[in-house]
Amino acid sequence: MAPIIEGRSNEREGIVISETAYVKRNYSLTGPENQRAQDRGIASAEWYATPIPRKRMKELMQRRNLPAIRDTLLWFALMIGSGILAYYAWGTWWAIPAFLLYGILYSSPADSRWHECGHGTAFKTSWMNEVVYQMASFMSLRPATPWRWSHARHHTDTIIVGRDPEIAQPRPPIWRIILMDFLRLYAGPRDIKRMFLHSFGIIDKEEKDYIPPSEFRKTFWESRFYLLIFAGVVFACIYTVSILPAMFVILPSFYGAFLLLVFGMTQHLGLKEDVLDHRLNTRTVYMNPIFRYLYWNMNYHVEHHMFPMVPYHALPALHEEMKRDCPPARRSLWEAYKEVISALLKQGKDPSYTIVKPLPATAQPYNYGPTITGDNRRVQ
Amino acid sequence: MSELEGWVEACGVDDIDEEDVIRFNYGDRSFAIYRTEDSEYYATDGFCTHERVHLAEGLVMGHIIECPKHNGRFDYTTGKAMKKPVCIDIKTYPVKTKAGKVFIQMD
Ligand code: FES
Repeated sequence: MAPIIEGRSNEREGIVISETAYVKRNYSLTGPENQRAQDRGIASAEWYATPIPRKRMKELMQRRNLPAIRDTLLWFALMIGSGILAYYAWGTWWAIPAFLLYGILYSSPADSRWHECGHGTAFKTSWMNEVVYQMASFMSLRPATPWRWSHARHHTDTIIVGRDPEIAQPRPPIWRIILMDFLRLYAGPRDIKRMFLHSFGIIDKEEKDYIPPSEFRKTFWESRFYLLIFAGVVFACIYTVSILPAMFVILPSFYGAFLLLVFGMTQHLGLKEDVLDHRLNTRTVYMNPIFRYLYWNMNYHVEHHMFPMVPYHALPALHEEMKRDCPPARRSLWEAYKEVISALLKQGKDPSYTIVKPLPATAQPYNYGPTITGDNRRVQ
Repeated sequence: MSELEGWVEACGVDDIDEEDVIRFNYGDRSFAIYRTEDSEYYATDGFCTHERVHLAEGLVMGHIIECPKHNGRFDYTTGKAMKKPVCIDIKTYPVKTKAGKVFIQMD
């Protein structure tokens, strides 16, 4: 099997990769890869960061309420508007596009608002972040406490196999899961199952790896509360002899989820595992203003991972600061998808395949971490 | 750097901008020294109590320092953990200024 390091400038980095077979890996947090990552010194490790003068960084980190209040009010207005349309279209064929619109406006911003408010950077005022975080967590069906800790781990050990609970796909990819998740049919039931377990006071082994025991109690009560809302919606459906109530709450997390998967798949897929440099395992993609509104600028994903304290509204400016030190951003969602799908197809045949984009001449070299290749092949 | 009666000179008063933080290493220890908007000075351990990330890269907002890694927060005047994933308070150290210098008292 020939080593495939697409676009890699070996001369600059002076790296030689041997031809050894790829060993299929165990992505579970409870498997041997967890300890292996710790032994290799790539768990909770120090990551590369683009040098940015402190003065500029402080400007970029500044928090503001106005952009997030404006965006949140607009989000509510759009949801209410499309919800009214959908309500009046119920019983006609117009209900299909109307609910599709409502579902997208419910689900996609819920995901990005969950994310930004979880970091606590969207609003300047803490309680505003927390209120929107709690609401968006429910709308995303991601219970607030366990997912806060899952996401913290994702930032500590981004795409480190055996450590990161948010690796979207193993290598080779599982297409069945990708297709199911266009309607959240894999992740949704998994999260609901966990809610049931939590409501009975059970935390699964995987979650125990990243949720500290001091947070268990909160996790249990949160899930009980979520399930109470579920019960209320089911009761409303039975009472009205219609699934209409569920079409407005809970079901949009499924039928409206496809756009968040479309966005989410651009973040890390096809890129390196087990490296200590977000430029190698994360992708920045230019998107149109509507997508950027729905996604709250998370298309600037390298920037976000490298500097999570920069709020979403400052990410385009941060991107300008970092450009000289990063591989070129993918110019559109379409370009990113061509890259992602082609990489996933290639990984189906050769799981060791990953994309490494060349860096501009002004950039610092990549930090591959202690294993250099970041995959399961040896380095000579 | 001079040591007087258990106090260690950390930096000049103007080495830290208002509402900012700098790193101060001493031997094998590391600290974060803060200056408020009113030019009061404070010091804490340098590394976050959640993971080993230095707070000097973080953001100072009033009396809060936000950690650069996971956005956990401390009140740096008291050391109290204010926002998850930070759960454990951070150690604070007495600070005084004299002759344009900032001193911290270590234990
Ligand atoms: S390292 Fe400071 S909040 Fe995680």
